[in-house]
Amino acid sequence: MANFLVFAETRGADLRKVAGEAVSVARRLADASGGGEVHAVVAGPPGVAQKADTLGRFGADVVLAIEHPALATFAREAVAATIAQRAKSATYRAIVLGFTAQGRDLGPRLAAKLDAPIVSDVTEVQIAGDSLTVKHPAYANKVVVTLSITGTPAIVSVRPSAFAATEVARAARVEPLAPAIDPATTRVKVVQVIEGAKGRPDLADAPVIVAGGRGLKAPENFKLVEDLADAFGNAAVGATRAVTDEGWRPHADQIGQTGRQVSPQLYVAVGISGAIQHLAGMRTSKTIVAINKDREAPIFKVADYGIVGDVLEVVPALTRAVREAKKGH
Amino acid sequence: MKIAVCIKRTPDSETRFRVGASGSSIDEGGVKFDMDDFASYAVEVALQLKEKAGSGEVVAIALGPDNVQETLRKAMSMGVDRGVQLKADAVPFDGLAVAKALAAELKSSAFDLIFFGKHAFDTSEGVVGTATAELLDLPCVTAASKLEIANGKGTARRELEGAAEMVEFSLPAVVTIDEGIARPRYPSLKGIMSAKKKPLETKPAQLGTPRVAVKSMALPPDRPPGRIIGEGSAAVTELVKLLQTEAKVL
Repeated sequence: MANFLVFAETRGADLRKVAGEAVSVARRLADASGGGEVHAVVAGPPGVAQKADTLGRFGADVVLAIEHPALATFAREAVAATIAQRAKSATYRAIVLGFTAQGRDLGPRLAAKLDAPIVSDVTEVQIAGDSLTVKHPAYANKVVVTLSITGTPAIVSVRPSAFAATEVARAARVEPLAPAIDPATTRVKVVQVIEGAKGRPDLADAPVIVAGGRGLKAPENFKLVEDLADAFGNAAVGATRAVTDEGWRPHADQIGQTGRQVSPQLYVAVGISGAIQHLAGMRTSKTIVAINKDREAPIFKVADYGIVGDVLEVVPALTRAVREAKKGH
Repeated sequence: MKIAVCIKRTPDSETRFRVGASGSSIDEGGVKFDMDDFASYAVEVALQLKEKAGSGEVVAIALGPDNVQETLRKAMSMGVDRGVQLKADAVPFDGLAVAKALAAELKSSAFDLIFFGKHAFDTSEGVVGTATAELLDLPCVTAASKLEIANGKGTARRELEGAAEMVEFSLPAVVTIDEGIARPRYPSLKGIMSAKKKPLETKPAQLGTPRVAVKSMALPPDRPPGRIIGEGSAAVTELVKLLQTEAKVL
């Protein structure tokens, strides 16, 4: 029997989707190693402990709540020190967290503080006795590496949306966890959070992504991409590196090898030729649609459904058709 | 301003990879290697800060076999003052083991800033920089997409999912560098010539014992071949039908 510790990520006072996924992974691993407990750490402003119910639903036995006004933003040093202190005072087989902006920062800190082996961005995890094995897409998703990890606790960061958050009936008991260092006096301080576009899901969470490339010809034509995303209703907007390098869109929107890596249910590539750099960021999407004027463009080699044509003409027509189809539901 | 930049030699990202005969590494035959993209952004940021300060030193550090000397020379041809090779037969797939070797090298020198790429293309893990900072007990900002240094303090922007945060930190510090922060310069002919004469020191890497091992590597499954369903806006009706009935995503 072995216990597992999870970092259940929040933004402000809200749990992120990946928190449930990480708890689910830990639940499955705990069950596979004889039914140990899952302890989920949640850090946030006072009141964040009330989110515990949700974590219980995904299989947490204990919710460890670090509450402090300065945790309304990610006080990384305080969170890392507190989790490390907890992990030293108990025995955990592994610590599970999301491979997100927070998790990428927190995981290596914990590894160093606990002298614990770490694997990042994993898409599969297996445990059998002392052996922990993971799959990790490396080389920008072009090679899948199977890694074996020896030593405890192992630190495992999971790729968002790679694991399902599975509901199990469980009531978690909540215990306060005191910060190991004062979250208000850390050496790295968040001074401002700049919110992104309102009303659109993030690229990591969106079931549909509409992305635009240089085939749109001018930055103002990105409106067509946004209109199509609005027609789907649940879509995020992405861009190619060529477009973000030109400054048509912020760098944060870039999908590709050096940008975001996404796997939505539906990916619509608008005026994107399909450079290897871009394909590395989206080739794991479930269904790919491509609209491009060049029949020879490499994007058509991976597109389940391709339309050859001028994006300025085809995209507005598609937007109207999607709106109609949505109305029919 | 004294700055260290830890750089990695990685395969050309445009490579069509094959798995090597061992089954646990890529086939390096015909594959071109160069300084990792993120490391090259880190070098550029370091050089710009030194130029702005008007004085100082930028040191590049690379861990690996002798072929990393070529990567260090490239950094020097861009303007880095000297290079340090931490010699090891190979770079393990264990970020903490690598961080231990870098921390052992960095702890004795007083750097104002230590830069890393946010991750390296090959391992794509992003562990080494932040773990090194922790081992050195230095403040660390991961994945900075903007950076300003003034009056012994730093300000950085970090991209979050669907948002961004601005952070302030004290120096000395470790910063890992994201894309979009600076366009790396091309080495000039003069830079290439002078790089040959710049000091390059080699010493053994004090790697930690690797506890993460590669069992196997495989290529991801191929997608089914693409299909063009039609031309122009006339094909839109068919597309919507397929999205509804075949792909079931609408």
